[in-house]
Amino acid sequence: MKTLALFVVVITGAMLIYAGQDLPAFGDINSPAYQAPMTQYFIENALPESGVTNIVTALLANYRGYDTLGETAVIFTAGMAVILLLRRRET
Amino acid sequence: MSGIQESVIIRTVVRIIVPFIQLFALYVIMHGASGPGGGFQGGVIFGAAIILYAMIFGIGEGKKKMSDALDKILASTGLTIYAATGLICIVCGGMFLQYGAVPLIPDNPAEVSKYLIDLVEIGIGITVLAVMISLFFNVSPPESEPEEAEE
Repeated sequence: MKTLALFVVVITGAMLIYAGQDLPAFGDINSPAYQAPMTQYFIENALPESGVTNIVTALLANYRGYDTLGETAVIFTAGMAVILLLRRRET
Repeated sequence: MSGIQESVIIRTVVRIIVPFIQLFALYVIMHGASGPGGGFQGGVIFGAAIILYAMIFGIGEGKKKMSDALDKILASTGLTIYAATGLICIVCGGMFLQYGAVPLIPDNPAEVSKYLIDLVEIGIGITVLAVMISLFFNVSPPESEPEEAEE
């Protein structure tokens, strides 16, 4: 069973490394993420539209605010689930 | 009581350093709008401060600072702050979480958006810190009763 697990891990790792060869280089100006029209829009308009001085925050809390609300709800739900399942009864 | 909890050095250092960790956490949350940081990171740092305190002084002492009931209230308060911010935008005539619609500062939606983003980050931070602390308290093993009697 351990051999099988090792086999699966090695195969998965090899596939990930093989797929990683196709990723664009870090900071590559020709990568699809830089070329997308939305990227240009965000770089030009994110700061003036949201008033903050950090594009990451502008995207996280403003353009993707609904997504971040969901993330917070996920964390909240996870915490409540742990409390419900693992809480010790008062002795 | 394990060896690490008896050490005077560790107890003293922790007592001194916890307020600074909490201050740093507040800085990270408030700094989220203008640099690296934000609600998630700051909340985790704040939770780590309480967890560090509870690790050194015992779960019982930690729960005196942050009780289970307070944990649950804070966790839901943070999420409510976030959702309420979105709903206020609807009430003011915008879309959900469209911060600029709130007429807090006239004719300057970007300014309003800045302050509401800070409010949202605070909400995230409160939820994350409460969940972190409650995870630690609920997963940690119970303190054995006889040892407490010895103290």
